Amino acid sequence: MMYRNKILAIETSCDETSAAIVADGRYVLSNIISSQINVHQKFGGVVPEIASRKHVEAIVPVVHQAFSEASCGYNEIDGVAVTYGPGLVGALLVGLSFGKAAAYALGVPLIGINHLVGHLYAGFLEDPDVEFPLIALVVSGGHTSIIYVPQHGCFTVLGETRDDAAGEVLDKVARAMGLGYPGGPEIEKKAALGNPKKYEFPRAWLEKNSLDFSFSGLKSALLNFLHNAEQRNEKLSVNDVAACFQEAVIDVLVEKTVLGAVQNNVKTVMMVGGVASNKRLRLRMRERLGEEGVRLVVPSPELCTDNAAMIGCAAYYKMRCEKFSDLFLNAVPNLGLDVGNYQ
Amino acid sequence: MLVLALDSATNVASCAVVKEDNILVEFTLNTSKTHSERLMPLLSQALDYADLTLEEIDGFSVSIGPGSFTGLRIGLATIKALAFFTQKPLVGISTLDGLAANLSHTSGLICPILKARRNELYSALYLNSPGGQERISEYMVISPEKLVAFFAELRPEEITFLGDGTSMLPNNLQDVLGPGCVTASELDRLARAASIGFLGLKRLKKGEHDDINSLSPFYIKASAAEDRLRQKTVTCEGEGNG
Repeated sequence: MMYRNKILAIETSCDETSAAIVADGRYVLSNIISSQINVHQKFGGVVPEIASRKHVEAIVPVVHQAFSEASCGYNEIDGVAVTYGPGLVGALLVGLSFGKAAAYALGVPLIGINHLVGHLYAGFLEDPDVEFPLIALVVSGGHTSIIYVPQHGCFTVLGETRDDAAGEVLDKVARAMGLGYPGGPEIEKKAALGNPKKYEFPRAWLEKNSLDFSFSGLKSALLNFLHNAEQRNEKLSVNDVAACFQEAVIDVLVEKTVLGAVQNNVKTVMMVGGVASNKRLRLRMRERLGEEGVRLVVPSPELCTDNAAMIGCAAYYKMRCEKFSDLFLNAVPNLGLDVGNYQ
Repeated sequence: MLVLALDSATNVASCAVVKEDNILVEFTLNTSKTHSERLMPLLSQALDYADLTLEEIDGFSVSIGPGSFTGLRIGLATIKALAFFTQKPLVGISTLDGLAANLSHTSGLICPILKARRNELYSALYLNSPGGQERISEYMVISPEKLVAFFAELRPEEITFLGDGTSMLPNNLQDVLGPGCVTASELDRLARAASIGFLGLKRLKKGEHDDINSLSPFYIKASAAEDRLRQKTVTCEGEGNG
């Protein structure tokens, strides 16, 4: 097949080294992800310095594999896309330095991409004809945000977490329950076997009509609950606790997203980010939005977690508007979503 | 043979193109500004001003450490991409070797020292001989106090210090170590990509090169998290209180 545009994309914002070749914004010719999970597991979370060290070892093999799996020659590349924030600064800098030099060596434009915008474009990879305007829920270990997207390259944050991200709370509670890292998938496994109505945990709805989130109250309630049970020597069903806790997180994510869709009168919701691979969340979100006549677009689980293909897809639309970066591009660890706007 | 060299191991960002008998271009910034922003523009402009293109470069040389962990990774990730896409060889050169090479005609001991974190220094000792310069010690991580105490006992006849770590040595160094102890002039004190370039060229000419996949910075020090983990699992020998 002849493609008009091929982008080499690089993503190293946290603990995954990833490189992809994306054609015409929708065909993933390769999407190589080298995960460091087993390295960080023994520390109970991602260690920034170790993540940076691993990226510099993995970057060339990962990029090499991206080209060979795509059967793509270097001279076929039309642009280099790279994540420049938000994320761990040392980790970002490895991919960014490599990406800048790659664009220079290949003599093609450099396109700096906001990691959150990348997550959002995972939805466009599988369904490029999604209807605007839409609401996106970005839900991961670092973010919980509701975003209004009227067209490509235009993002307005309608609500976000005021404390912990949803994925962060899942990780922390999983750790307190003695489950492994990363916690989200562990909680999901246990929850699937538990009764979600056994215990009642708080849901923070905040002010009327607010689309913000707060999960720290739920986290404290959970930790206290576990602590009290331990004091009383009470044996808890891990499955039931996981199910009730997960349900509390999902309830808020679903209702706030529905509210955002209704408030803005959109017919499409996109759900992206690592937590979006949670099966129960996908089911509940789809059901609830269906009641409102709103369509849910959610990428397949492998595109929900950090990957370079989504960065390549985001870059394709940015490149169409000729929004390029220069060689001075720096990593911005706390890059805001609004900075991703180019229209 | 044309070798493009980078050094971003310290506060200095430097880029040079050297050949056997000449430095064609060398751009050096010592402004403590972010290497992540400036290294690539510096490189691009260096080649432009030298009327060179990347395709004309025969090999790459990069300052591999010890030094700032982040700085080292910026330089290495940059050079890896250049070598990967041009399919040319690359070599990593010790930052301390590069510094010592600034003083290729100095007699006596040569001691480059670089600032490390937590009041420590990276250092090694070198000696010039008719055959060239030789490293005569291990690479080390050492406190300024211990380094000074070591030389106070050794009392070398002649020793020249250089590198950004010289600012961490006591002002009255000559009183402690004797009159043969000097600090290199401003001209020679800081890291230069040209030194990394010439040392790299020497290795490349011999047909040597490093593995582009596995080449990693020479950190010397483990990450703090690994240190803590090791202390949990292994009973460490306590260091004597000096």
